[in-house]
Amino acid sequence: MKVEDVKVCILIIEGTNCEAETSQAFRRSGASAEIVHLKQLLGQDTKPEETRKLEDYEILVIPGGFSSGDYVRAGAILAARMKSRMEDELVQFIDEGKPVLGICNGFQILVELGVLPGIESIMSRYPTASLGWNDSGRFECRPTLLENWNKGKCIFTTKLERGQIIQAPTAHAEGKFMLPKHREKELLDTLKDNDQIVFRYVDAEGQIAGYPWNPNGSLFGIAGICNSEGNVFGMMPHPERTYLGIQQADWTRNVPDNGDGKAVFESVLDHVTKKF
Amino acid sequence: MVKAFVEIHLKKGIADPEGSNTLKALKLLGFETATDVKSARLFEIDLEEEDRVRAEDLLEEMCNRLLANPVIHDYQIRFE
Repeated sequence: MKVEDVKVCILIIEGTNCEAETSQAFRRSGASAEIVHLKQLLGQDTKPEETRKLEDYEILVIPGGFSSGDYVRAGAILAARMKSRMEDELVQFIDEGKPVLGICNGFQILVELGVLPGIESIMSRYPTASLGWNDSGRFECRPTLLENWNKGKCIFTTKLERGQIIQAPTAHAEGKFMLPKHREKELLDTLKDNDQIVFRYVDAEGQIAGYPWNPNGSLFGIAGICNSEGNVFGMMPHPERTYLGIQQADWTRNVPDNGDGKAVFESVLDHVTKKF
Repeated sequence: MVKAFVEIHLKKGIADPEGSNTLKALKLLGFETATDVKSARLFEIDLEEEDRVRAEDLLEEMCNRLLANPVIHDYQIRFE
């Protein structure tokens, strides 16, 4: 299909706040992006002409923000609402190989939904990983450097070379990726073997490093992972905030034609236009 | 009807920055004998259930599905 025919659902509820720049990124890359409230997908309190169906879209994106005020835990409420009302539609969407992207709060939601890491099933009943409080105990808002660690499984990073380092800012309080302690090594090895690790925080020399390069204390420096099929992807940093060259942290000294984050959007659109 | 108190706390070995920062602040305020602070969250839940066993099952499911993330949290359920 042509890129202009690719319909992207940017899902919001109260507290989402990155929908404008996320939809702008997809639009600038040529796709048709629509900001859709969860109630429009559920047909709840909406006029018939406002109702939307998930199956009519090629890509689902859960953007950043503070959905439901981060009550209980970041992402927990929206995940519960989605799971209770649209689990079957979402599982089918993922099963069809359609891409799902979660950025920041969106990543937290995908983890709380149990679709990431998505090792043993498309969606687990309970979460199997956690994005917990940053080790610093505070909200971290800073540029971060990410190494593409993926060998090709993730459909969101195919435009990046393995080992390529990109800039994307982080802005979160709960971003420390954790696996169950008693199975940590085994599950981490599985993620490596399945090529599910996508981005890792690195320092200016491209080495895995501690704080502040790794802003939250994530296990193995993990900044982003995909499911075992590679079509569901979540990352804590914001690629939509380095879509343009002038959004790069060093833009006063070095303005590239494109921002580093653009590759994430171009990769998934390239995949969709070829596959569907 | 039963009233339940559900306490969610971090599993042993999981970093608790809220607790450690609170401890730091308490020491700054002069509470020098404070040696450890652990953060927790309390939910007070009313349930229209007569059967305690069933209520407990439901509360456990609430914890697993929303109130706690089983990867990092433990929970305790108490009835009033």
